[in-house]
Amino acid sequence: MNTLSPLLQVANPQLPPLSTGFFVISTIVKMLVVFTVYMVGVALLTLAERKISAWIQNRHGPNRVGPGGLLQPAADGLKNFMKEETYPEAAYKPLFVLAPILSFIPALTTWAVIPFGAPFPTRWGRVDMVVADLPVGFLFILAIGSLGVYGIVLAGWASNNKYALLGGLRSSAQMISYEISLGMSTIPVLLLAGNVTLGSIITQQAYGGWNVVNLTIAFFIFMVAAFAETNRLPFDLPEAESELIAGYHTEYSAMKFSLFFIAEYANMVTASALMVTLFFGGWDVPFTGRDNIGPYSGWLTLLSVGIFLAKLMFFLFLFMWIRWTLPRFRYDQLMSLGWKFMLPLALAYIIVIAALILILSVAGIGRGAMYSSIFGAVNIALVVIVFAILDRGRIISPAYGRMKGTRLRGLQAVAARSPLATRSGAGARD
Amino acid sequence: MAINVKVLDRPIEDVSYIRATVKGMALTFKHLVNPHKVTVQYPEEKWQLSPRWRGTHRMLTTETGKAKCVACGLCPTVCPANCIKLIPGEDENGNRYPLLFEIDEFRCIFCGYCQEVCPEEAIHVGRHYENSEYSREGFVYDLERLTAQTHPVCEMWDPEDPRGE
Repeated sequence: MNTLSPLLQVANPQLPPLSTGFFVISTIVKMLVVFTVYMVGVALLTLAERKISAWIQNRHGPNRVGPGGLLQPAADGLKNFMKEETYPEAAYKPLFVLAPILSFIPALTTWAVIPFGAPFPTRWGRVDMVVADLPVGFLFILAIGSLGVYGIVLAGWASNNKYALLGGLRSSAQMISYEISLGMSTIPVLLLAGNVTLGSIITQQAYGGWNVVNLTIAFFIFMVAAFAETNRLPFDLPEAESELIAGYHTEYSAMKFSLFFIAEYANMVTASALMVTLFFGGWDVPFTGRDNIGPYSGWLTLLSVGIFLAKLMFFLFLFMWIRWTLPRFRYDQLMSLGWKFMLPLALAYIIVIAALILILSVAGIGRGAMYSSIFGAVNIALVVIVFAILDRGRIISPAYGRMKGTRLRGLQAVAARSPLATRSGAGARD
Repeated sequence: MAINVKVLDRPIEDVSYIRATVKGMALTFKHLVNPHKVTVQYPEEKWQLSPRWRGTHRMLTTETGKAKCVACGLCPTVCPANCIKLIPGEDENGNRYPLLFEIDEFRCIFCGYCQEVCPEEAIHVGRHYENSEYSREGFVYDLERLTAQTHPVCEMWDPEDPRGE
């Protein structure tokens, strides 16, 4: 200790810690805190989902266990622990057991690189509010995120059940299709930030405006792809209750089923965190400029963590809100949306943004108010083009129609005149 | 393509999935913030039964606590489900009374004819719905059980006052 103490005293609260010991301890503490908060959050999310679905459907939702149903997740967990673990006779057991774990771990691992707050100053040095500040942060997320499909595919295959297998197959097709758009939609973000470190993406947004303002279409593609990646409605084809019983987890029971359930919510949290980080400025406190340059303080850390959680909860709510609003896509709609619309749009958007950045740098406009306003104006123009002019059911709607409206109305007029029509004009407006 | 998916024809210029989604989300949000919850929280709150509700039976009694039934045999005769078993008896004063009066509530279709036909206003269908039992035998109500019931009874439809006003 005597040899260490001089070292401890020269450590600057605003700079990274000097001693390895402190770094290790602080990392372990961060891991435990993130893991605990994450798991408790996921448990509470299951309750939130049931409550929100209930409210949307004019019901009460679970309200028997604990005050207002707050202990419902604990009761569910207990129930799942006490239930029997069933193993189908024809299942391949090693993979059958491994699959739930495989679907859960990638979602959890991604959280290691997501920054969730401004650095926290201590007398032994600055503690970054991220478990592992990887220089390749974003690439790590893409790599780990695509592992998630293995859990589902293996579950579907190892169950030796036709519905489970169909669910697994659908899931692999869906996740691979949307993985591409997901990756492509983030390239404009990387172009703008000039870096794949999540920390620098956040810093860029703190100075140049949130990416959702500058790159709305990229955000839109990313969001839709994130919905597909997490198997949430309207993209829940892998588990489609009404078609495939429960899809890939048909044969699972007790805690193994619960693990799939947890994995779904964990994926949701991770996808929300990614949307926040890449497009909503991460932990950046809105309308302030000083939160990224310091001096850091405990209050700033607390505030930024709170802001991050608020943004996260907004997206989690959005996930649930959309789930209880939209019906499931048909399989061909899903595929055509992914390949015929999302991918070309993402590719075209990369070209537009890259060209814009090139033009701005050739014109000698540096990062600043001018740069942001030009970006904003171009963005507004693109949004209008895509959502107001192109979006007339031709590309955005997955429900492709082959008939012109005028022709359809002509046919409806003919049908209305026929003796078979009971009421005049019946169905003309439907 | 081996399998042709039937694609519905719809006017492509008018359809916007995004706009439809936003509209739908506005609707669900309206319900979310302003739900009109109709669920009755059962054990705490109970549903207000209609005065004409026809539930499990109840036999009314005289002031002395005896069943009002005079074993006339009208209710087993009128019962369309044949669920009333009645064996009449007679005491030393010549008053008829039921030796055995049993209603099988599983067979009963709750038409209320027994109440309507009863000249003594003895047998009634009740305004009552919590009938669970642990055995099937428990659903055959004998006279003792029928007289012990305390729940309110059905007010039959009155042709003079068809709306119950």
